[in-house]
Amino acid sequence: MLASCSGDKTVRIWQQNPSDKLSDPWLCKAILDETHTRTVRSCAWSPSGKLLATASFDATTAIWEQVGDDFECVATLEGHENEVKSVSWNSSGSLLATCSRDKSVWIWEVLPGNEFDCVSVLTGHTQDVKMVQWHPFMDVLFSCGYDNTIKVWADDRDSDDWECLQTLNEANNGHSSTVWALSFNSAGDKMVTCSDDLTLKIWGTDGPMNGDEFAPWRHLCTLSGVHDRTIFSIHWSREGVIASAAADDAIRLFADESDGSVEGPSYKMLLKKEKAHDMDVNAVQWSSKENRLLASASDDGTIKIWELTSLP
Amino acid sequence: MTGLINANPTVYERKERRPRTVPSFTNEDEYSPEAIDQLEVFDILFYFLIIQFNVNKYPEHPYSLEELKVITEDAVEVNDKNSHVRVTFTPTVEHCSMATIIGLCIRVKLLRSLPSRFKVDITVAPGTHATEAAVNKQLNDKERVAAALENPNLVEMVDQCLAPSYD
Repeated sequence: MLASCSGDKTVRIWQQNPSDKLSDPWLCKAILDETHTRTVRSCAWSPSGKLLATASFDATTAIWEQVGDDFECVATLEGHENEVKSVSWNSSGSLLATCSRDKSVWIWEVLPGNEFDCVSVLTGHTQDVKMVQWHPFMDVLFSCGYDNTIKVWADDRDSDDWECLQTLNEANNGHSSTVWALSFNSAGDKMVTCSDDLTLKIWGTDGPMNGDEFAPWRHLCTLSGVHDRTIFSIHWSREGVIASAAADDAIRLFADESDGSVEGPSYKMLLKKEKAHDMDVNAVQWSSKENRLLASASDDGTIKIWELTSLP
Repeated sequence: MTGLINANPTVYERKERRPRTVPSFTNEDEYSPEAIDQLEVFDILFYFLIIQFNVNKYPEHPYSLEELKVITEDAVEVNDKNSHVRVTFTPTVEHCSMATIIGLCIRVKLLRSLPSRFKVDITVAPGTHATEAAVNKQLNDKERVAAALENPNLVEMVDQCLAPSYD
């Protein structure tokens, strides 16, 4: 199942067609409309797959639940002053994060009966926040945006409030323009970010992955010259393949080719897909079920499903 | 917005239009995509981009961007092969608060006029605006532009700027 969202204010749910996998492999199963009044900028399935969260320029985040064959809006999260740009569930599905052009990041607690309580408003960014993303298994939140930074947030057990633990900016080899997206490898010890500065950056942490102690993130390497225009989206597959999508209409795939040498990781481009779409490619996302299926979405109004047929 | 931002702008004479050569259709495949050149993009902007400096309508002075030297033909770069257009514009004063609106108008006009394969970059001419980097960043952030174009007040202002000239 795939959810897509659009400037047409709707969300569409797509499902693989079991009866005709060749000529008509994906069917639009539901259209979620008449709830958001402006562009729906992003959407995210809860870890259980039972709920879908959608973030909209109308300043709200909607929560949808599948009821039979239909999807019902079961909650609307209000509070941001203007456009909500991204939404992310933590690994257990107990917390939700949203971010907005109002420069803030909100953390919501998921309570029984589809109740959502705002537990913290994080105000560290100085500009538009483009994306929020939880760590794949720890309750540590990452946000990035128009102020060219990536911020790392966690719950301070002493004060019982959320605080910014680290800011990755140009001073620590970070990006020199808007950071559009970030994604983690499956081990959770590496992160990739993409930017308007036309680079991808790989970051790593050495820390214990049990969440007891915060281990800072550091810059490992920068991939430049891989796209000609703004890189909007990036996603790291469970098999270790990084997909990137940009305003140059192209999709690129990368993989780690480190030989364990002291020089640190190096990434090689596996595939250049020029003209993957007729216009800007806004999003790429690997399937969580089928490791080698990749979905891409574009200004040309289409979603394409790609299959990676071989790994080197 | 009330009053004039720049009450007495310097108005330059319009440059004589270079005649466009009309391609003959005899040897052309009518389905071949038409090449877009610099003059055509400039014409798109020239004929329709009228910025009225008084937003409350000031009908005696609907200067076009060319008459104010906000855009000149040389400031429009077109690479048809790569489907790329770059427009560099010059705000009338260094602190021109209309700079982002002018840039937005240029972007909307080209969005509506050019084939969708074109990528457009719009920037303020270097050294001509106090917050040049901020204006450029905002004009080229497509998410911010998309959000702005969902704002009815802004769209109304842009449409007003893009209204056909009176001459």
